Amino acid sequence: MSLQQLASRLEESFATGFVKAVEWRGELAVTVTRDRLHDVAQFLRDDPAMDFDYIVHVSSVDWPDDDDRFEVVYEFYSIKKRHRIRLKTRVPESDCIVDSLTDLWKGADFMEREVYDMMGIRFRHHPDLRRILLPDDYSEGYPLRKDFPLRGKGWRDTFEFLDETTR
Amino acid sequence: MGLIQIGRHSKDSAPDVITTTVEKAVNWARKGSLWPMTFGLACCAIEMIAAVSSRYDMDRYGAGVFRASPRQSDLMLVAGTVCRRMAPVIRKLYDQMPEPKYVIAMGSCATSGNIYDSYSVVQGVDRFVPVDIYVPGCPPTPEALFDGILKLQERIMLKRVFVRQPDQVKPSHKI
Repeated sequence: MSLQQLASRLEESFATGFVKAVEWRGELAVTVTRDRLHDVAQFLRDDPAMDFDYIVHVSSVDWPDDDDRFEVVYEFYSIKKRHRIRLKTRVPESDCIVDSLTDLWKGADFMEREVYDMMGIRFRHHPDLRRILLPDDYSEGYPLRKDFPLRGKGWRDTFEFLDETTR
Repeated sequence: MGLIQIGRHSKDSAPDVITTTVEKAVNWARKGSLWPMTFGLACCAIEMIAAVSSRYDMDRYGAGVFRASPRQSDLMLVAGTVCRRMAPVIRKLYDQMPEPKYVIAMGSCATSGNIYDSYSVVQGVDRFVPVDIYVPGCPPTPEALFDGILKLQERIMLKRVFVRQPDQVKPSHKI
């Protein structure tokens, strides 16, 4: 199935929720609305013509000037069919949550935690949503956001493990 | 050091007494058997590994016995980018090393954070452990690392052994 066919198949199956499909340099990126994301993902996994059995990556983009500020990006691959798709959805800053895909792909677990850790987007029904790269008690916010200062807010220069005598 | 000849061996006429100070002898023993701890954090570790391997052979300087435990080491080679989350681990390992102990900050990252002026990268390992020698480079060549080790050996020879020293465990500057 070509990328065009994939895109039109998705558009037919999801009249509501389908936003746009862009093919660029042989890569297909499909944008859907947030409320249909889980349905589209389930379709991608279960439909025999799609058969995306492998979640490659979950990442996120911060568009600070847009109304829906954040974008969650999923990459899927079909090991049997050998085709790829990129699935995107937009999230507003005020309601920063999307449905977790961990019930469809177990592999989404750590990658969604990374998105939560770095960008502060929460995942509904995620089994264990907590920070993964930064310490659990990290309190400076979400470092990958564009309004986060590049040098941080002092954590890198705070060494609480040094006691007063060695400091 | 001086050589005193009080007798002659019949075969080679070599002198049989050497005079020196105990301090020099101790320092000589210390500098000649540095046991580094493996602490590779990034690409500098590759150069560190190359320095130990056969082509460069760091064992020539008595510093080739890399230990996997801080309790058996007296030289910590911090080779690579130090992230803030790794900092307490480095400090804990440093505290576990027996005295006398030395630290070499290998490469720009361990020295200053390099280009990584970022929220998670410590801007130099000297912020939480005292550093004896800084080896510049990104990454430094094995020759540069050897230069640092030789400079450290020169410094070890200058140390007083039986005189009470200022507390060397303190970091070099306030944080």
